[in-house]
Amino acid sequence: MVNTREKYLLPLPALIVMFLIVAFPIGYNLVLSLFRYDLAGVSAVQFIGLDNYVHISQAPRFWNSLAVTAVFTGGALVGQTVIGTALALFFSREFKGKSLVKAIFLFPIAATPVAVSLIWAMMWNFDFGIINYVIRALGGHPQMWLASPSQVIPALVITDIWQWTPLIMLIVLASLESLPREPFESATVDGASAFQILTRITLPLIRPTIIVAAMIRSIDAIKTFDLIYVMTQGGPGFASENLNIYTFNVGFNYFRMGRGATLAVVLFTIVLVFNLVLAIIRDAGRTDIQG
Amino acid sequence: MQQEPGPRTDGRTGADSPERSFRIHGSSTPPPGSGPGAFLRSDSDDSRRKAKRSLFSHRSARNVQRGLFYIAVVLLCLVPLFVFFWMISSGLKTQADNIAIPPKIFFEPTFANFQDVIAGRNFFAYGVNSFIVAFGAVAISLFLGLPAAYSIAKYRLRKIGLTLLISRMVPFVSYLIPWFIAFRTLRLVDTYIALITTHLIITLPYVIWIMINFFENVPTSLEESARIDGASFPQAFIYVILPVVRNGAFTASVLAFIFSWNQFLFSLILSGRNTMTVPVAVFQFITYDQINWGGLGAAATLITLPPLVLTLFIQKYIIRGLTQGAVKE
Repeated sequence: MVNTREKYLLPLPALIVMFLIVAFPIGYNLVLSLFRYDLAGVSAVQFIGLDNYVHISQAPRFWNSLAVTAVFTGGALVGQTVIGTALALFFSREFKGKSLVKAIFLFPIAATPVAVSLIWAMMWNFDFGIINYVIRALGGHPQMWLASPSQVIPALVITDIWQWTPLIMLIVLASLESLPREPFESATVDGASAFQILTRITLPLIRPTIIVAAMIRSIDAIKTFDLIYVMTQGGPGFASENLNIYTFNVGFNYFRMGRGATLAVVLFTIVLVFNLVLAIIRDAGRTDIQG
Repeated sequence: MQQEPGPRTDGRTGADSPERSFRIHGSSTPPPGSGPGAFLRSDSDDSRRKAKRSLFSHRSARNVQRGLFYIAVVLLCLVPLFVFFWMISSGLKTQADNIAIPPKIFFEPTFANFQDVIAGRNFFAYGVNSFIVAFGAVAISLFLGLPAAYSIAKYRLRKIGLTLLISRMVPFVSYLIPWFIAFRTLRLVDTYIALITTHLIITLPYVIWIMINFFENVPTSLEESARIDGASFPQAFIYVILPVVRNGAFTASVLAFIFSWNQFLFSLILSGRNTMTVPVAVFQFITYDQINWGGLGAAATLITLPPLVLTLFIQKYIIRGLTQGAVKE
């Protein structure tokens, strides 16, 4: 009883709304990026071709923001994937209180990023922060952290790892809990060691899930805004200004809509290309296992 | 490939299998606090008695091992918990206690910060704004998303489902400039319409995405038999199909609500005096007086409370909702 009218009619309202709220901004960004459109000045909207793109490619601040994005994303992603997978393996056995543990690790994910960022900013504080207190108590020298151009990214990465490692952990854990039992039983019968089982059976089986989890996280890490904006607003100087914050500043601190839209196009393209590359890596991994 | 990520009771996990054979002998009298002992039931009485005699020392070694495991579990749980402890305790401390060196773990709690945030900063007014926006976005997402997800699941319109994910990949900043110009032109900045519209970017695809999976588990015969009995499609959908997926719809609603509640960037630009949501209000109030850590802790506690309470009550469903896309092939 396939009713073609119903087949396409039902999703239509949602798809129209989705198109309006998602496709309109993407298209409008492309158009805007060809214009000078300053809300702060008195100058009228003016077509300038690719001038915005040329300007951006020559701006050191753009390349800096690109580097910040890459370092932050790379650091957060590696940390979260490694720690998250290790935690998932550790918690994968059955034990009393497992669901409570899962709930506790869900807290950082569900918590409002603004609130979490504010508390972490307090904890990283030079004079009264608990992190420097612990360092002093252990005999070390207190660090500038968020106020230091060289330490701000590590501090932000650690904060991001705290908040988002649980997501990778929970995804990998769900995958571990759904694994077939047979390979483990036969390996145990054959006398395989725990380490052999881990590297030869468990990790290859959960590898696709780990990659997908890392993909999800990397997209969100590139898009990071709340954490950095609340904790440093891109500072000190531009030391933690990622592409997202830079785009925001150009658009809403300098009110250069055309140039902001250009950055938005670049940012979107980067995320898209990055996803394509990840998809290719994932598919390559898949044939690897089968072959 | 369908699978249920719910909690298992039969101990079918990867990492503990190497020690499974050992466990069978060791736990003839399961000590309090041991995991589910489902797989010992098959053991014969004879082998149990033998095991009890010969492996007694192994058992105490195992108890030590289990003790160490639980200590490690508690220590690991302290990492996420500490930040929340610090948040709440800062809210309950006086300014002097907050900047004390060494930091105070034990202190005389005061509710002055919470009173200041709630009464002095008009916190509930912002809470109402956040609630209206989140509620509006979730309601519209369900209204549009449920039929869409049903059709996508029933007719296997996988491509449409996948294009939804593109909306997830686009950085929110990329939406913001076009929408800001549009709403400015329409004089809709600082209205609920602007906020709900932009929050739909997050909630609508999410609701559809989650619900596709739930609708795929609904047999098509369910709708068919209702239709044969003379129900119209809307009747069949509302009275027969939706009740079957109510857990899924609930999960999707709660997650979408949390996402909207936590949203900062759209509200930062598109809200104003009349519609300011909680995260933006707290952020503004913090930047005005930097060092008021008590107020900061109290405000942070109050914003985070709704998502955390929701999480605690339905964590199983939330974990399923968060992980299903990745675990499923």
